[in-house]
Amino acid sequence: MTVEPAATRLRHQVPLMLWLVVVWMLLWGTWSWANLLSGLVVAFVLLVLLPLPHVVGGTRVRPLPLLVFLGHFLADLVVSGAEVAWEALRPGGLRNTAIVQVQLRVDSDLLLTMVAEATSLVPGSLVLDLDREGRVMTLHVLPARDLADVERKRSHVLVVEQRLVRAFGSAEDLAALERVTRVEAP
Amino acid sequence: MTAVADVIAAVCLLAGAALCLTAGLGLVRFPDVLSRMHAGTKPQVLGVLLVMVGAAIRLEGWANAWMLLLVAAFQLLTAPVSAHLISRVAYRRRHVRRDLLLVDEYGGGGHEDLRHHGDEPGDAPPRPDSAGPR
Repeated sequence: MTVEPAATRLRHQVPLMLWLVVVWMLLWGTWSWANLLSGLVVAFVLLVLLPLPHVVGGTRVRPLPLLVFLGHFLADLVVSGAEVAWEALRPGGLRNTAIVQVQLRVDSDLLLTMVAEATSLVPGSLVLDLDREGRVMTLHVLPARDLADVERKRSHVLVVEQRLVRAFGSAEDLAALERVTRVEAP
Repeated sequence: MTAVADVIAAVCLLAGAALCLTAGLGLVRFPDVLSRMHAGTKPQVLGVLLVMVGAAIRLEGWANAWMLLLVAAFQLLTAPVSAHLISRVAYRRRHVRRDLLLVDEYGGGGHEDLRHHGDEPGDAPPRPDSAGPR
């Protein structure tokens, strides 16, 4: 582990500190200077006592692709939620399931985490394993009707990945993704 | 205006509660841990979100709404983590109904325990090579 200047370390902790202060204020539910100051003190103490490694690589947020991602995500949540709920209710019990590996294309800790979170939150897919080196994500998918269905779910993960990179990825991430997709689909 | 808000809140609360009910049913009806994690974490996330929206409409006042927003955010952040950890352990302990798997590309993930059979579900059909412990 490399020792970095205190200023850099502090700068990387700023977003985390802001988040902690926001959580503190939301928990109190009201805006006041006393809440803000006590929140800053609590966040500072937490960051000093329980230091976290900072996230490597800058991330930018693009509002429009973010909205696209969120819209699709909510739609997926509803559609697959209904699908899994139906599997729980339907007479005759559960049909087949499948364990599938997906080769992801992004190469950033933060984006991989986001893809795994988004995949895991949508009903019908559960992340069993994420191989950081090979960028391979292993999923358990719930209603797997046939092999075509499995393939559809596999490609859906890649679509989610693409939307996330468009919303949060750096320019290099985006360029790398475009390159790979062009090779795959000539 | 309040009547419309009340109807929306009621629909959200009822739909959320129904989804949580299907989550409970899935826990009982699904055959193995992996499938049960789907039931326990997924429809329930949407269910909790809907209940939060309904409650936020019904309980006026921003203090409550902020609190509910936090509940929803932490629900979204933590549900996948617990589901992942539990199902990973279950897979390694072989608590999987392999006969229901259409495809298994993981193949034990290199952690397959060849000596012990692990916690295979009691209702799984016998393994073809289960002539006793090797």
